Amino acid sequence: MRKKWMKVALASASCVMAMALAGCGGGTTSDGNSLKVGVIGPLTGPAAIYGEAVKNGAQLAADEINASEPKFNVEIMAQDDEHDAEKSVNAYNKLRDEGMQVLVGTTTTAPGTAVGAEAYKDRVFALTPSASGPAVIEGNDNVFQLCFSDPNQGVAVADYMAKNYPDAKVGVIYNNADNYSSGIYDKFKSTWEGKGKQIYATEAFSDDANADFTAQLNSMKNAGVDMVFLPIYYTPASNIMTQANKMDYKPTYFGVDGMDGILALEGFDTDLAEGVLLLTPFTAYSEDETSQKFVKAYEKAYGDTPIQFAADAYDCVYAVYNAFDKSGASVEDDAATICEAMIKTFTGDFTYSGLTGQNMKWNKAGEVDKTPKVCVIQDGKYIEK
Amino acid sequence: MNMINSLISGLSLGSVYSIIALGYTMVYGISKMLNFAHGDIIMVGSYISFCLTTYVGMPGWAALIGAVAVCTVLGIVIERLAYRPLRGTGSLSVLITAIGVSYFLQNMALLVWGANPRVFKSLFKGLEPIRLAEGQIIITAESFFTIIVCVVIMVGLTLFVHKSKAGKAMRAVSEDNGAAQLMGINVNQSISLTFAIGSGLAAVAGVLMCSAYPVLMPTTGAMPGIKAFTAAVLGGIGSIPGAMVGGLILGTIEIFSRAYISTELSDAIVFACLVIVLLVKPTGLFGKKISEKV
Amino acid sequence: MVRKKKIKAPATPKRLLKGAVKGSEYKREAFIAYAILILGYGFLQLGAGLGIIGHNLQGQFVPICVYVSLAISLNLVVGISGELSLGHAGFMAVGAFSGVVMARILETYISVSSVQLLLSMIFGALVAALAGLLIGIPILGLRGDYLAIVTLAFGEIVRNIMNVLYFGIDETGLRFAFNHTIPLADNSQRIITGAIGATGIRQKASFTAGIFLALFTLFIVLNIKNSKHGRAIMAIRDNRIAGESIGLDVKKFKLTAFVVSAGLAGMAGALFAQNYSTLAPIKFSFNTSVLILVFVVLGGIGNIWGGIIAAALLTILPEALRQFADYRMLTYAIVLILVMIATYNPTIKSTLQMRIHKVTSRIKKRRKETGKEVA
Repeated sequence: MRKKWMKVALASASCVMAMALAGCGGGTTSDGNSLKVGVIGPLTGPAAIYGEAVKNGAQLAADEINASEPKFNVEIMAQDDEHDAEKSVNAYNKLRDEGMQVLVGTTTTAPGTAVGAEAYKDRVFALTPSASGPAVIEGNDNVFQLCFSDPNQGVAVADYMAKNYPDAKVGVIYNNADNYSSGIYDKFKSTWEGKGKQIYATEAFSDDANADFTAQLNSMKNAGVDMVFLPIYYTPASNIMTQANKMDYKPTYFGVDGMDGILALEGFDTDLAEGVLLLTPFTAYSEDETSQKFVKAYEKAYGDTPIQFAADAYDCVYAVYNAFDKSGASVEDDAATICEAMIKTFTGDFTYSGLTGQNMKWNKAGEVDKTPKVCVIQDGKYIEK
Repeated sequence: MNMINSLISGLSLGSVYSIIALGYTMVYGISKMLNFAHGDIIMVGSYISFCLTTYVGMPGWAALIGAVAVCTVLGIVIERLAYRPLRGTGSLSVLITAIGVSYFLQNMALLVWGANPRVFKSLFKGLEPIRLAEGQIIITAESFFTIIVCVVIMVGLTLFVHKSKAGKAMRAVSEDNGAAQLMGINVNQSISLTFAIGSGLAAVAGVLMCSAYPVLMPTTGAMPGIKAFTAAVLGGIGSIPGAMVGGLILGTIEIFSRAYISTELSDAIVFACLVIVLLVKPTGLFGKKISEKV
Repeated sequence: MVRKKKIKAPATPKRLLKGAVKGSEYKREAFIAYAILILGYGFLQLGAGLGIIGHNLQGQFVPICVYVSLAISLNLVVGISGELSLGHAGFMAVGAFSGVVMARILETYISVSSVQLLLSMIFGALVAALAGLLIGIPILGLRGDYLAIVTLAFGEIVRNIMNVLYFGIDETGLRFAFNHTIPLADNSQRIITGAIGATGIRQKASFTAGIFLALFTLFIVLNIKNSKHGRAIMAIRDNRIAGESIGLDVKKFKLTAFVVSAGLAGMAGALFAQNYSTLAPIKFSFNTSVLILVFVVLGGIGNIWGGIIAAALLTILPEALRQFADYRMLTYAIVLILVMIATYNPTIKSTLQMRIHKVTSRIKKRRKETGKEVA
């Protein structure tokens, strides 16, 4: 019995010690005249790249705003959610404890759905940069999306393909363990088949980015597919392209916004991505001035080429900043008061033009209204079509 | 033709599983522990090799040797610091520590190399694939060499374990730790050696795997690690030929179920096959039948 | 495999059934476990009421209860029955998803949400127990690590199947599909959509429901442990052949433990599911199974209240480490390794034990002396 006691006593002592240690850290500094913006995303685990990008993009926007001697400052508070709904709610509650007034988050859909419901109950205004599932905003009047929703992307791609590639033999490879990917695929399939067209081959994979794709690619090849729709992130996509090339299979690929970033992938042979079409609101290679400025600043601050998530988050912070300014709320107000004022502004005549779209408007459901752009990769650059 | 192509990719994937499974099985054989951090050593090996080729500019083969060296040392250090203090305290406590080590390696990699995935440059870049039957059957250089390397490792390891003195010592320790010690075998040294070999092989597997499936992330080793562990059990954990055969079977089943049954359920099918095999042969294909003494 | 130290003398049938757990030891264990749960509940509720505890910790009340229950129910298999299970999250998943579907159906018939919650939890437990029975019958003949890998495989299979399951409800009733979306009428609701999982779950879980779950789980497990049944299970764990030789039906006893544990995990899953508005199959990966196992091992295998404390502390720990920002999970890993070594390493353990023994004996001595003086 004493031995058992010992074990537990030791274990708990060590844990308590670690927690005490943890308790000693930081604490946020606040100058009293800043809007506290919470950011939630995966900073560890397999989806860490998206959370990092969102955190950095948001921080960059806040730094720019604060350097311009504004009426009020923007303070970014970022928390990790490991791409998990439970941890995301914890992160959200942590941010509430720290006095968050507006939420820019979450980064990914499943956590976003869980946090959206909490934010709705607590009346905290939320604008998500990239949680594109419809469930994130469903029934939540105070949760808004800056990105296209997944179903809208599916519809947009089907429409574009039907118009520009009516004779293409289309196949799909999607990630069936991923919310985002299966969301786009479902809607693409129903729209595409609604047009009386056929999907020649559908194959899936689950989450594992560096899996063997030869079976899926063989199935595409045997079905005579010449246009492969990839509603997936760029990491597995790069793997698919590399393996297809080794099999002498060279179809046209069509990607969605998750495909952006493939050219910035360290070590990737960009020749393989020649001719890839993608539907994306932002590319790090576009020529316009705001994008160029953003890309330069980002590269300087973080040493990486920004992916679309960073641009989304950057836009989110600016949109929140502009809308807050317009709403007439004060940084001393509590989150609930700010929330009502922001809802009014967002569903009113507020528009925002930024990196990921011009004249973005929001409807009462929380969806954004902006025009999708289709780009093609040529000579290692995105060219708008 | 498709059948043959699938078989080739299955064998190639299976070879990678085999090499990883060898590490699992050897460590299990000698210290009766499930080393769940083994998958993450693969990831470290791949990252080291990636860094040596990309930032130092080493040729692929030299980077491979570098990765093997680093992982060998890493394996020994992990065993010394994390596992040895718990030797003889039951396999569960070491299992949990191994999981701790796995978290540690993944998060360390995240801090050192960042969350951005890297695309691994193939060790066999520039080598043309072998085309047979008028180009209908394609054997990529990666598949070809992976299978060859796997066979070479298998033969080498079997010879080492059966013919060399150190190998015999390892077998003696895994047979009966106490008796081996009494016969003057340095048990600590034997266990360290096992970890060293297992981790070195993991580095080789990592480089081969990333040559064929080039994405490299801090979590790259997790899934292959679990699959290889499954392969080791399928073959009979503790048995070297078992790990080899288990890996090849598992890889082939995986590719075939993807090609002919369902891509969505391929993992479920792989694991279901494992369950069925274990129901028929409860100690795996090559496992020893354990006779219990009262 | 575990608790070898318990085998003291050649096992005679009498000794085996007389009990690995003595009566007084059992009472003490039960008392401590119940006390921890009830006091913990009281303190946390009080803290929340007084506003001392922030949202972050309050938000974890239900998950803590769920993980505590999971640790208790896994202890039945790992600690008491002595089998390594790596698929506990699989049973949790089965219970969670069936519970969610049941809750949605009940919403049309019953208006009281706590009754909906209770019934859906019972349903989740039954389905998970059934899954436990189906998987348990064939596999329990396997030994040690082979059994572990089959439970791991089971967990992965469940997760894979969940990825292609679709449930919906419309006026014709419940609709179910495998591997494709269901064409539903406009006024219908989707309950489970493949990999996206369940969305739009009504959040019915509460801390009180959570603590009842934990108490119920504890009650069941302790009762089994202290029954004739439980002593038979432990006898088999300590010496299978001796158990068989005195006529214990090894398979039956192990299966009971396994099925009860699966059912309790399913019940916890159903409560967990209804604490959030969404639930994706990816939550129930191998990592979650391992996490529950970590609670059990860290708390001391077979030690039920140790598992309770470990589950609660290890659930809070990653949150408490948020101050470390980027180094959070790394710190967590290091703490885990160090705690494991500190609790299990023989040298460190005996040194500390000696220290503590010295202190306690000194206190006892002093007590005796003061007692004498008073007398």
